[in-house]
Amino acid sequence: MWRLTSNYKEISGCGITGIISRKGELITGEMIIKAICCQYERGNGLGAGFAGYGIYPEFKDYYALHVMAQSRDALEKVEEYLPKRTFVSYQEFIPIRRVRTIKNPPIFKRYFVKPNLECELVDVCNIVSEEDFMVQLVMEINEKIEGVYVISSGKNMGTFKGVGFPDEIAEFFRVDEYKAYIWTAHNRFPTNTPGWWGGAHPFTLLDWSIVHNGEISSYGTNKRYLELFGYKCTLLTDTEVVAYLLDLLIRKHGLPLELACKAMAPPFWVEIDEMPEEERELYTALRILYGGAVLNGPFAILFAYNGGLVGLNDRVKLRPLVCAQKGDLFFMASEEAALRLICPDPERVWAPKAGEPVIVEMEEGTIPNQKSYLKPRPKEEREDALRIGSLPLSLLTGK
Amino acid sequence: MPLELEVFPFHYSQVNKIIRENLKKGEREFILRGVNGHRYLLAGVSADIKVTIYGTPGLDLGAFMRGPVIRVFGNVQDGAGNTMDEGKIVIHGMAGDVVGYAMRGGKIHIYGDVGYRVGIHMKAYMEKIPVLIIGGKAGDFLGEYMAGGVIILLGMHTLYPERPIAGLFLGTGMHGGVIYIRGKIKESQLGLGLKPYPLDGSDEKLLEGYLKEYCEDFGLELSEVLKEDFIKIIPYTHRPYGKLYAY
Amino acid sequence: MATPQWSKFFPDFYIERLWDKCIKCRRCVSECSYEAHIWDSKKKTLLEDHSKCVGCHRCEAFCPTKALIIKRHPSDFREHALWTPWFIKNIYKQADQGGVLLTSTGCALPYKNYFDHLVLDACQVTNPPIDPLREPMELRTYIGPKPESLEIEEVNGKFRLKKKLPPLIRVEAPILFAAMSYGAISLHVHQGLARAARDLGILYNTGEGGLHASLYEYGPNTIVQCASGRFGLHVDYLNAGVAIEIKIGQGAKPGIGGHLPGEKVTEEISKTRMIPVGSDALSPAPHHDIYSIEDLRGLIFALKEATEYKKLVFVKIAAVHNVAAIASGIVRAGADAVVIDGLKGGTGAAPTMFRDNIGIPIELAISAVDKRLRAEGIRHRTSIIASGGIRCSADVVKAIALGADAVYIGTAALIAVGCTMCQRCFTGKCPWGIATNNPELMKRLPPEVAYEKIYNLVKGWTHEIKEMLGAMGINSIESLKGNRDKLRAVGLTKEEMEILEVKHAGE
Repeated sequence: MWRLTSNYKEISGCGITGIISRKGELITGEMIIKAICCQYERGNGLGAGFAGYGIYPEFKDYYALHVMAQSRDALEKVEEYLPKRTFVSYQEFIPIRRVRTIKNPPIFKRYFVKPNLECELVDVCNIVSEEDFMVQLVMEINEKIEGVYVISSGKNMGTFKGVGFPDEIAEFFRVDEYKAYIWTAHNRFPTNTPGWWGGAHPFTLLDWSIVHNGEISSYGTNKRYLELFGYKCTLLTDTEVVAYLLDLLIRKHGLPLELACKAMAPPFWVEIDEMPEEERELYTALRILYGGAVLNGPFAILFAYNGGLVGLNDRVKLRPLVCAQKGDLFFMASEEAALRLICPDPERVWAPKAGEPVIVEMEEGTIPNQKSYLKPRPKEEREDALRIGSLPLSLLTGK
Repeated sequence: MPLELEVFPFHYSQVNKIIRENLKKGEREFILRGVNGHRYLLAGVSADIKVTIYGTPGLDLGAFMRGPVIRVFGNVQDGAGNTMDEGKIVIHGMAGDVVGYAMRGGKIHIYGDVGYRVGIHMKAYMEKIPVLIIGGKAGDFLGEYMAGGVIILLGMHTLYPERPIAGLFLGTGMHGGVIYIRGKIKESQLGLGLKPYPLDGSDEKLLEGYLKEYCEDFGLELSEVLKEDFIKIIPYTHRPYGKLYAY
Repeated sequence: MATPQWSKFFPDFYIERLWDKCIKCRRCVSECSYEAHIWDSKKKTLLEDHSKCVGCHRCEAFCPTKALIIKRHPSDFREHALWTPWFIKNIYKQADQGGVLLTSTGCALPYKNYFDHLVLDACQVTNPPIDPLREPMELRTYIGPKPESLEIEEVNGKFRLKKKLPPLIRVEAPILFAAMSYGAISLHVHQGLARAARDLGILYNTGEGGLHASLYEYGPNTIVQCASGRFGLHVDYLNAGVAIEIKIGQGAKPGIGGHLPGEKVTEEISKTRMIPVGSDALSPAPHHDIYSIEDLRGLIFALKEATEYKKLVFVKIAAVHNVAAIASGIVRAGADAVVIDGLKGGTGAAPTMFRDNIGIPIELAISAVDKRLRAEGIRHRTSIIASGGIRCSADVVKAIALGADAVYIGTAALIAVGCTMCQRCFTGKCPWGIATNNPELMKRLPPEVAYEKIYNLVKGWTHEIKEMLGAMGINSIESLKGNRDKLRAVGLTKEEMEILEVKHAGE
């Protein structure tokens, strides 16, 4: 059986890449494959993955569930379950190619669904918003149905990941055949070998996807902080923590994206002490309240959502991150070489400062279901999102 | 002109805030009407002001205060004059438990009865002597742990004429100060090792001084109060528990 | 015939005088406040009364020719695993005097010390250790209640706070000086603690004996204490510091109050405490205005109201069996910080039975309280300050990883100023000038010396903490808070590990 929860926090080093078109133009999968494969040395064949946004235009308003199953039997259980909770508009096996080095891969299938807000899950969990419903649904499937794991669940996006080198995973999932306006990719170097496909990156929650390089030394503190708000960190990866922190800070607490990044990679007290009064008060408060959200230790993260791509470094720059721009295209990667390979003549190449987020959002009204997180959100607008935090833990853990 | 406030609808915090704000503006006299359960009135206020209260003040009236003279027309709940430093509280009624806890100075004059553990832990240093006068009767543990100051118990204006003037364990653990009692008391009511003593000349002079002021506060005849004999309770040692330990 | 005193027959210590080195300068006689050294003017020689020696080593340290050695008295009882000399001698003392055994410092019994069964983590390869000498390493900590989330607004393209934070106390290291009253320790030590706290950017605690006039200037680094005896407690005192600590209990003697023996109540102490000279300053077991949790709320808000909500109110309790539930009640009663003092917490005077037998170890208490407050969703409403048996900077790190926001140190600070742990603070005769108000003895420890030693100690510890954080790969203390990943157990049972929420080493 697959182990969704283990007693070991996995540790890994990695290479990452992301691309976004601010005008929502579609970028071929080949481009991202090239960029991540160029950073071959940063992985060890124990994990790679891709996330693409805008890949399902014909189902843009449906949540695309990428389901990974250990067996046909396990898959059948999902297929019994899903219609009870959702309206399934379309389903198919995710097209794959045989790759010589990939032995006994899981079965991958995708379902395009809309939540059935009349079902019992809604009553039990007192859920109102669609997004909370989807989070709950994914957690239920992952926890309760043996041998099945939902690897992504956002609208008009999807994750392709598994155990192997990035070229092998790309070949397997036929990533070259997709087109997206945002791509992220990951090449993994774990120090232990769970050999589990679900453990690969990107890690997703709704349309949030995260690729991450580094280890978060504050994991224990972050995990306990998130537990205060009802999140259960079951996968024991740093990346999971980042995803939940983003969800908490942005979706629930309504922080603007920039400040959420600053909460995770805060300025030093010596810097804060020198700020003008209003700013100093803001950053002092941010550090005092969100001490549990500080990601301490080396990391470079790319996270994407329907509408934006963000790169963030730890506050003393212990992991590399390079950015480039050409026209409406923005590139981010662990190595400049990766960028040069797919964009030989950038207008601008720069290495962002430690702890300074690089936020690239698409122009307004570019894509369907577009999201923007640049502004703070007042409490009134956060009410619905907060409900998930008040769910009983038993529902989240499935016990 | 005193500042008159109808405080019934206000939270105690607001009442104190209003008083403090007006204090700063130079206001020296306040009348509070509609007081009902408001806690901590005048707590920590350090100023020579006059405050008249109508109603039933709640917990810790005048706690830690230094200077205000408070007159209450009504009963007061527990903890009046908690650790008060200077000033005066005059209560035209009864008072609850732990009145004058750890009182360091100033005066508390109560017309009627008081509850349990009144005047405990009272302290004094040199000329700074707190005085607590009770017109009615007192519950158990009056003057427990007393380290200084004066308690005078009159037993005159009481709801319980059938009861003894004070409860049990009077002055228990006392190691300073003095308690005067109008009338008699059984030795079994006293804390361990304590004995009643008759008054001497200097006691009488002191007592008269304190009681004169008390009578003025309530419009009483001093001669009426002094009609009966007083006894006094003083510590038999300033270290009642000194032999408790084996080193 | 006088009744024989068994306890005098069998001294604890033996004063060995090396006659080939002794020059009979009589320094030992003047140094020993217990009169264990005697000058025989007739025979012109020095004598010893071993039964008076408390083992403070003052004479040994100050003997100019190093002619003295203080050792355990070699005279032995027949071995018996159960009836050790400790119990035999205690019974002799009580048979002689019929009293309660009195002692000082913290628990002396060898219960399992959980700090010694927890090991820390360090980075190897997968993430880098940080070098605190050259890279930033932040220990700044804010004490007090925090809101759960921030309200942000955007004005002219800039983000700012919609609502300011309530008052909080900033400290530059998570180490504070525990409550030790003026009276229990000398004014000089108080002055040293206050100055060190100021220069280190941390806090010291006045204890319950009031505040000497010379110390008001250290207000921004002061916590004033309010105990049941209410000694020296007035408006100026309440407003003097940044926080007021309500002392409910103390780890060295849970369930009983404070006790300053009459021997230490000198004229100066009498003035500050407003009690007669030579009387025992007793703080009873309960605050007599607190008989229940709602009464605690009453006192918390009386203090807040009296100080116009400018001061934080801490509540200090001894760690007892039900500590988690009690702490939860304290937070709900409005305390801005909960101070938990464990079994090993020290004191200037406590009944021996209490010191050694009552309460639970601080490590377990921190974990239990943190867990409970988190489960109830009220952890952000308070800070946890842990104390009792913090002996070194690694203990501090472990306490914080178990969930504390900061720690108090008491005994460690006293050892820094020369205490040799003779455990006789209650006599008021401390030959090192620490736990005494005797003007002559006090002179032995000038405030400048006290300041320097205490400052040095904390400076050393903070540097060590930075090194340990750096080794763990984190550069600010908040990432250590409750971080069980950084702890592993060595030799603990499953139950103990469950309570501490740690894995065993190797896991």
